Amino acid sequence: MKKLILDILLGSLLVFSFTYIVLLIAGAPVLDAFKHIWLGAFASSIKISQVLSVWVPLTLCSCGLLFTFRANLWNIGIEGQVTMGAIGAMAVLRTPVIDNPTLILCLAFLTSMLCGGAWGLFAGLLKTRGGVHEIFGGLGLNFVSQGFILWLIFGPWKRPGIASMSGTELLNRKLWLASLPGWRVATAGIVIAIAILILTWLFLEKSRLGLKLKAIGQNPKAALLYAISPERYYLQSILIAGSCAGIAGFIQTTGVYHRLIPSISSGYGYLALLLVMLSGYKIVLIPILAFFFASLNVGAIQLPIVLQLDSALSGVIQGCCVLCALFILGIRQRRAQP
Amino acid sequence: MMGDLSLPMLIASVLAASAPLIIIALGETLAEKSGVINLSLDGAVLFAAMAAFVVARETDSLLFGFFAGGCAGMLTGVIVGYFSIYLHLSQVAVGFALSLLCRDLAYFLGNPYSRVQGPTMLNSKLPFYDSLPSSLQIILTQPLTVWLALLLVAVIYYFFSFSKAGLCLRSVGENPAASFARGLNPAKIQMLAVLGGAFLVGIGGAAYSLSLKPGWGRPQGAEGIGWIGLALVIFGGWNPIRVALGAMLFAFLQVSGIGLQDLFPGIPSQVFQTAPFPLMIFTLIFMHYSTSRSRKQGYSSGRLQRIAGKLFMSRAPKGLGQSYRQE
Repeated sequence: MKKLILDILLGSLLVFSFTYIVLLIAGAPVLDAFKHIWLGAFASSIKISQVLSVWVPLTLCSCGLLFTFRANLWNIGIEGQVTMGAIGAMAVLRTPVIDNPTLILCLAFLTSMLCGGAWGLFAGLLKTRGGVHEIFGGLGLNFVSQGFILWLIFGPWKRPGIASMSGTELLNRKLWLASLPGWRVATAGIVIAIAILILTWLFLEKSRLGLKLKAIGQNPKAALLYAISPERYYLQSILIAGSCAGIAGFIQTTGVYHRLIPSISSGYGYLALLLVMLSGYKIVLIPILAFFFASLNVGAIQLPIVLQLDSALSGVIQGCCVLCALFILGIRQRRAQP
Repeated sequence: MMGDLSLPMLIASVLAASAPLIIIALGETLAEKSGVINLSLDGAVLFAAMAAFVVARETDSLLFGFFAGGCAGMLTGVIVGYFSIYLHLSQVAVGFALSLLCRDLAYFLGNPYSRVQGPTMLNSKLPFYDSLPSSLQIILTQPLTVWLALLLVAVIYYFFSFSKAGLCLRSVGENPAASFARGLNPAKIQMLAVLGGAFLVGIGGAAYSLSLKPGWGRPQGAEGIGWIGLALVIFGGWNPIRVALGAMLFAFLQVSGIGLQDLFPGIPSQVFQTAPFPLMIFTLIFMHYSTSRSRKQGYSSGRLQRIAGKLFMSRAPKGLGQSYRQE
């Protein structure tokens, strides 16, 4: 326990000094930058709700990734799975046939899960059937989904008159996920994220699926001897991951942007990969770290306006956190060796 | 067919567009042949492109710019190498985190320099330019990076196939334990390969911001190239010549996208800009898939398959991605 706290302190110190150096190189006022990130994330209830609305997709993606990481799969395609989820949701929301908003939202939710899951399954099949490493299958599918969403926004789903990068037409207000008065975050999104967190914990820690995934992740050949087919569980885990990502896409569409934009996934899939690595694949840490990452993301938004700095600073800090954590882990493992 | 592109123009633009990618992919080949995957390519390219442009602008010297790009690339190589070879961490994890970190670092540090004018490498005429027919004049008037890329293909091929140092490097990539027993130092050789490879990646990045897509901005235009480079190495079978051909194929897709854009005004230009990436990855996957049976069996039945097998046959270095612990 003492060692753990020491490690965290050491890691924070490393991250802080690295960020300090980067800011010095950029010639920026260091303390001001940190202050503005803090203010940008927590100054008002609107800012905090923005943080929460980033927290939701991050948590969802991370939950999905826990499954694939446990089977030792690198589901880089999660970015495209979010996008496909958003597209699926939008496709349902655009059908004028159904009148009942609740029903149509439920249908959109299910479709987004299906689309994200199918996109994940596709990458999984490329791996199990085609022998293509999931990183490259996933990347290819990410590029495809990016092209697809651009084509939709500039083609069939364009706004009447003008097609632009700002996205499709706004959804009917009845189809927005509701939020509490004074808060700008969809309540349903938070509820879904917490529910998925609990479900993920149950599945991974209390079910046979979690155990089998663990066996496959640690030694696929030995698992095969116990009649656990790695291929089947690869597909299952990536299907689950894709569905979680699809839900994130649904919430991005109906709860955050209320339309389809080209960057609907906002890089949250890649960020979730970092987050899960930083958590050491422990689900307890996911919500906390997701909140930390989300507040960095939101806090950095106003940096360009206030200090003329690029908002990529948040990404620098996040990436640095992961590398420092890996570094400390590596040193510890090395020390532990005889 | 291609709008106003004539054949010599097409060849010239494909050569020009492929040069940086060839250099980048060759750098990665060097590292992977020694058994280390440097997955940070995408970020490293952008970081090097940024460093090269900033230094070239400040010093007003292209040479310093390229050198700075190489050094910036090497910096990422130091981290990948140290983490994966000496700390025995997962190469994929380190590379991926570093890739995102470098990309954001490039955007952050390069911000004051976005959309400003800087030095650009111009096309250089060959000494015997006037004696060439006009179509060759068009094809052969290229920036120096093209000649560098083509030269590197030959050099790296020679290095792997015929030099003793190349043999050592390959043996470490195949079986570090056995090469240790033969008196080599696997960690040192891997580190050197990663550093050398990362230097080339940096030069490739510099070739983007100083020659092919001059300037810096967000987005710069080199986004995603690193991933294509990584895929090229794997599906190019770790063979420098095939890797270079793959890079040219990608450049062809990019260039023909520009030409096709005029033919289909109904399709938004953004689609044409993204299309080469999935097309490339799926072409590679298809080639890989079509030979997968003969790879498994070790022989192929059909004549076409045999040819395809010979062309696309590939085998990864045996020790790729595993860190070697000396006992």
